[in-house]
Amino acid sequence: MDWVVFVVAAAACLAGALGVVLASHPVHSALMLVMTLFGVAVLFVAQEAHFLAAVQVIVYAGAIVVLFLFVIMLLGVDRTENVRAERLPGQRPIAYLAGAGVIAGIFLLARTAWVSGAESVAGVADGPGSNVEKVARSLFTRYLLAFEMTSVLLVIAVVGAVVLARHSPSGGVHGSEES
Amino acid sequence: MSVPGAWYLGLAAMLFTIGGVGLLIRRNVLIMFMCVELMLNAVNLTFVTYARMMNDIGGQVVVFFVLVVAAAEVVVGLAIIVSIFRRRADATADDISLLRG
Amino acid sequence: MVHAVWLIPALPLAGFLILLATGRRLGDPKAGYLATAMMAGSFLVSVGVWFDLMGMAGEERRFEQDLFTWIAAGGLDVGVGFLVDPLSVTMALFVTGVGTLIHLYSVGYMHGDERYPTFFVYLNLFAFAMLMLVLANSFLLTFLGWEGVGACSYFLISFWFERPSAATAGKKAFVINRVGDFGFMVAMFLIFATFGSLNYVPVLEEASTLTKGTATAIALLLFVGAVGKSAQLPLYVWLPDAMEGPTPVSALIHAATMVTAGVFLMVRVNPILDLAPGALTLIAVIGALTAFFAATIACAQNDIKKVLAYSTVSQLGYMFLAVGSGAYIAAIFHMVTHAFFKALLFLGAGSVIHGMHDEQDMKRMGALRKWLPITSATFIIGWLAIAGVPPFSGFWSKDDILLGAWEKNRALWFIGLVTALMTAYYMSRQVFLVFYGGERWRQAHTKSEGEAEAKPEHEPAAAGGHGAGTDHAVPHGAAGDFKPHESPSTMTFPLIVLAVLAAVGGILKTPLEHWLEPVLAHPHHFASSNSTKLGLIAVTTIAALAGLGIAYAIWVRGRVRESAVEPEPLRRAWYVDELYQRIVEAPGRAIANFSAFVVDAKIIDGTVNGVGALVRAGGSRLRGVQSGFVRSYALAVAVGAVAILAYAVARTS
Repeated sequence: MDWVVFVVAAAACLAGALGVVLASHPVHSALMLVMTLFGVAVLFVAQEAHFLAAVQVIVYAGAIVVLFLFVIMLLGVDRTENVRAERLPGQRPIAYLAGAGVIAGIFLLARTAWVSGAESVAGVADGPGSNVEKVARSLFTRYLLAFEMTSVLLVIAVVGAVVLARHSPSGGVHGSEES
Repeated sequence: MSVPGAWYLGLAAMLFTIGGVGLLIRRNVLIMFMCVELMLNAVNLTFVTYARMMNDIGGQVVVFFVLVVAAAEVVVGLAIIVSIFRRRADATADDISLLRG
Repeated sequence: MVHAVWLIPALPLAGFLILLATGRRLGDPKAGYLATAMMAGSFLVSVGVWFDLMGMAGEERRFEQDLFTWIAAGGLDVGVGFLVDPLSVTMALFVTGVGTLIHLYSVGYMHGDERYPTFFVYLNLFAFAMLMLVLANSFLLTFLGWEGVGACSYFLISFWFERPSAATAGKKAFVINRVGDFGFMVAMFLIFATFGSLNYVPVLEEASTLTKGTATAIALLLFVGAVGKSAQLPLYVWLPDAMEGPTPVSALIHAATMVTAGVFLMVRVNPILDLAPGALTLIAVIGALTAFFAATIACAQNDIKKVLAYSTVSQLGYMFLAVGSGAYIAAIFHMVTHAFFKALLFLGAGSVIHGMHDEQDMKRMGALRKWLPITSATFIIGWLAIAGVPPFSGFWSKDDILLGAWEKNRALWFIGLVTALMTAYYMSRQVFLVFYGGERWRQAHTKSEGEAEAKPEHEPAAAGGHGAGTDHAVPHGAAGDFKPHESPSTMTFPLIVLAVLAAVGGILKTPLEHWLEPVLAHPHHFASSNSTKLGLIAVTTIAALAGLGIAYAIWVRGRVRESAVEPEPLRRAWYVDELYQRIVEAPGRAIANFSAFVVDAKIIDGTVNGVGALVRAGGSRLRGVQSGFVRSYALAVAVGAVAILAYAVARTS
């Protein structure tokens, strides 16, 4: 049973990834991205990371991809890109080679076991208690500072986005909708 | 009988590579951004797999943080894209070379 | 007193340094008197050293003084030191004596020249170098003086360097000297390699251990140096051109002292020469040929100084003929008498030039006996001395040489005899043209300037005007109302002293033979019988008188046309300069052009510029990397990541 889940979810991920890369219309790409994200969420569940699966769907698929779509619509960047033409010479062949190289490198490296055997500092993944509880325990005790800092980061990001995206005070060239 | 972690890792490697190649090939800025998200997801998958394999919840905590930062990054990145490409909607990544001194 | 030998070169050196610092302030004439005083002091010390040396017993007359070590490198240990023996003292005496007289003469001759103090700076420096040359106790120290006199010769020949011909003449002298110096240097290498030392005493004492081949090599190499310095065939061409310098320079350097350095060197190394009979023969042959060759040229020269220049070359040839014949003392004797009468003749010529307001062409002189009495009287004594008329000094010394030549080889003797005849002829011609005959200068000064003769060796005469370009220090007297005048006493006094020496110098013959004996490795005696000697004397005297008579017939009586006895090849000095230009200068210039325009401009500059061009081309290629295309940058990052991954894989596998 696990295998079936894995194969289906993996297929969905790969198909979605290829779709993102190969689609000419940006909206199509965004939708294929959603498919990949769902596949990854399923795989999270299969690995007993329930909390993360939920967060993945809510934040990634729910917020980030929506944001993408908003920008696509806003900017009118929905014209199809000419996927066939490549302006920079040698870009494509070298990119493919680099990709192949990375895959080969990873698979070759993977033969080596680099596990140090040290004890877990954050806590165990299996054992009694729900996944959420374990994550929360680790997050709010050991990694509290990092947690607080990421919240500060979020605030900064929001402020920055607002500042970046608004029109200049002297009046924008496009006297159109404000964002 | 659960799936061995190696399969997940292999899948993550392939997702990562596809995302990287896509980043290099596409000219549309938003699609390039989406490829970046692909790569980040592959990394997340890898971390979770290792959290299971090594019985360490720290892997999942890392993914949590990666998710948060990815979100912030997307917000700021899109804001930049909006501010740059507000003028010319058909601009591509190649046209940034016009900013060269 | 012999310990004070270091003073002999030190005094002129001090004079040089003082005048270098304060000469301009001292000015005309104090700078000149200071220089003369230094030379006079040097002469007095030389006399003192001479007396001291005479006080020693005959065979032990040698004193060496070491001052300090100059070079101590590996096996080579050369110190600055002086060797006092009869030969060096003889040289020092006449160098300082004649030098003092010429310094005094220059005080008057150079009066009014704007670089008056500089002249005496150079003169004193020259005296220092020459005295180092003769008093040195090693080959290397002599070489120091050798090069020093060469350099000073350059300075002094091109003293009036604004004149291009003077500057060129100075360079010519220096370069040709250098050719000879090469031989000297290689000889020193050979000597050091053979003996392990460069000092005279050890080398000459062990000279008998030399093989004939090595001795010949050393002798010939040293002779090459002598050929350059003493203006023998084929390196004599600088001496006639050296007449561009002021006349005192010609007298001092190119008659009495520097050019004799070659002969001195040969006599100094006579132990080595005695072991190389082949070299001796070659020296004698070259000496004889040079004497003959130069005498022929002198017969057709019109410049008063050029005649004397070629005459010097010829007389130096006689000295080498003596050396080659083994008659070393005769060579030195002739050197001494030659110093007297040649210096006298040159200074007299300078006096004539001065009195004739820078005229140097003999064809424009005449009947100057009336106007320049002292000059003409002393000049006539010098004439008789050089012509070999008894009982003047030249007769005695030339005779000794011819005797030595007779004993060496009859052919060489005959060449010497014919040369003696020609010597008498051209000197008589000079005297008759300058001091007798009609007053040709009257017509020369009323004719227009377009009549100036166009002979190449002829100094441009200032007809009516006085240029700074000719041989005289300062023009004086107005044009038009031209009359020759006698020179001041600072100039005539040395003339008188030298005339006395030239007249009675013959008495030095026998004392010199005894005096210089210790210097020789093998004592030399003339083997001929007394009757042979008398016969030869008679023949020589007849030859001298014959030359005189022929000159009288042509130039006073006008029996033969002038153009018949002055053919073009003689006047153009057998076109030797043109020949050298063809075979040496033209290829040299071709090589220089090749080096400058092909090797330097194209290859070397091309390489350097090529590197720059390469860098620039590479740079503009590399500039393409900064394309501004973000995706190219991303690609580069990806490729780099792959590289690192590959490295990691390689490390672990």
